[in-house]
Amino acid sequence: MIELQHVTKLYPASSRPALDDVSTEIDKGEFVFLIGSSGSGKSTFLRLLLKEDTPTSGTISVNGKTLNTMSKWQVPKLRRTMGCVFQDFRLLRDRTVAQNVAFALEVINKPARTIKRVVPEVLEMVGLEGKAQRLPGELSGGEQQRVAIARAFVNRPLVLLADEPTGNLDPETSEGIMLLLERINRTGTTVIMATHDYHIVDSMRRRVIELNGGVLTRDQSRGVYGVGR
Amino acid sequence: MRVNFVLSEVATGLRRNLTMTVAMILTTAISLGLMGTGLLIAGMISDMKEIYYDKVQVSIFLAEDVTEEQRAGIESRLESSPEVKSYIYESKDEAFERFQQQFSQQPELVENTPPDALPESFRVELVNPERYEVIKAEFPAGADGVDQVRDEGDFLDRLFSLLNGARNATIAVAVVQALAALLLISNTIQLAAFNRRNETNIMRLVGASRWYTQLPFILEAAVAGLIGALLAVGGLVLTKVLFVDRTLAGPIKAGIIPPVDWSAIALIAPVIAAAGVGLAGIAAYVTLRLYVRL
Repeated sequence: MIELQHVTKLYPASSRPALDDVSTEIDKGEFVFLIGSSGSGKSTFLRLLLKEDTPTSGTISVNGKTLNTMSKWQVPKLRRTMGCVFQDFRLLRDRTVAQNVAFALEVINKPARTIKRVVPEVLEMVGLEGKAQRLPGELSGGEQQRVAIARAFVNRPLVLLADEPTGNLDPETSEGIMLLLERINRTGTTVIMATHDYHIVDSMRRRVIELNGGVLTRDQSRGVYGVGR
Repeated sequence: MRVNFVLSEVATGLRRNLTMTVAMILTTAISLGLMGTGLLIAGMISDMKEIYYDKVQVSIFLAEDVTEEQRAGIESRLESSPEVKSYIYESKDEAFERFQQQFSQQPELVENTPPDALPESFRVELVNPERYEVIKAEFPAGADGVDQVRDEGDFLDRLFSLLNGARNATIAVAVVQALAALLLISNTIQLAAFNRRNETNIMRLVGASRWYTQLPFILEAAVAGLIGALLAVGGLVLTKVLFVDRTLAGPIKAGIIPPVDWSAIALIAPVIAAAGVGLAGIAAYVTLRLYVRL
């Protein structure tokens, strides 16, 4: 479903590649941790999957479509099959929880009827049923991340990309977020999560892909964060 | 397309950037107003050309002491000349009457001019206005009762080159203003896009089409362009009512200056509106393409 072949990404400002000859394959419905220190290439990996950037060499395909040759106007279509969650939530501060989630559907032209139906559904799923009319500023960090996950998931993407989703959260709250991501994974959605949090990685025992200076150094099913930790 | 969504984005954008929006609207209005003025002057020039060039091309002024015979001689030569398309005779009285009418706004000038100060003349329309020299050679000044032959076209050419200059200057200023307006629009759109980068970033990530992301910005510029155009048309209407119709009432009535018709303004208004909306929209689109990542 996601395939990288000898992908290298060079940024003009840096002499060292952000990704160096990375090849891997991720199947539908997998839950994958992408680990590595800061600057190891995790974010570049995710950006390339979203076609926010194009690789310097190598090919990437998502859902059978090669991103390298994809034209600009097809990119929105690709992104509609992917949801994104970030460390900093990226919610619109002046819109309510429900409006934030609805926004993702409004801008891709979903009918108002559908929006009215699916927004409460997804808010219930992430555990925010009583908070639809709150503003993000009135919520805790964990709740805000749940809103972001609801927004990423509301269009039922094939893949959910999460870039350090627990980076700003305490361990207990993080656990709740992980349970939610697992639940989303169980619906058949592929989850790729970049993280530093070894507690989470170690406790979940899912596939681990480790990047080190842009090089893929480990790809292990049911892995832990650090070998010998 | 979710019209409500797009429109509310446009309204929010215009409100958030109020000062820039006002600046954008005003420069656009001034530019378009000057453009409209230029077009009106152009229309006026062509109306005037019709009034003047068609009437008279060459005037043959007769000497003070012209005899009946000489006058008849000139007339018959005009009659038979292949160069002459038509001619009219203007007596001293008629000349004075026309003079009174032309300068009705300056009564002192009229009062100080004795009725017989103006010479009688033949006003001649040529088959080919360029052939003035031939007529001049045919009726040598100071002979046979001819005082002098004057190429009115020459005078008109100078008058019209003055008017053309005025028109060109107006349009030049309009173009400079339009440039300022375009840069302001571009700036405003960059600012608007920056203000709404959170929204547009999310739109990009959830797969909103480029068009959907850009449209609110383009419409924002287009709405400002339209408001600017409406102000410009309002300015033209005020100029007509307060300046042209009042201050220039005399010469207009005398037929020296053609009036500015409502129909002319009505014809120019849609041109101005289209120019305002079109230029603003295109400027916004180009700005988004060049400077803003959506």
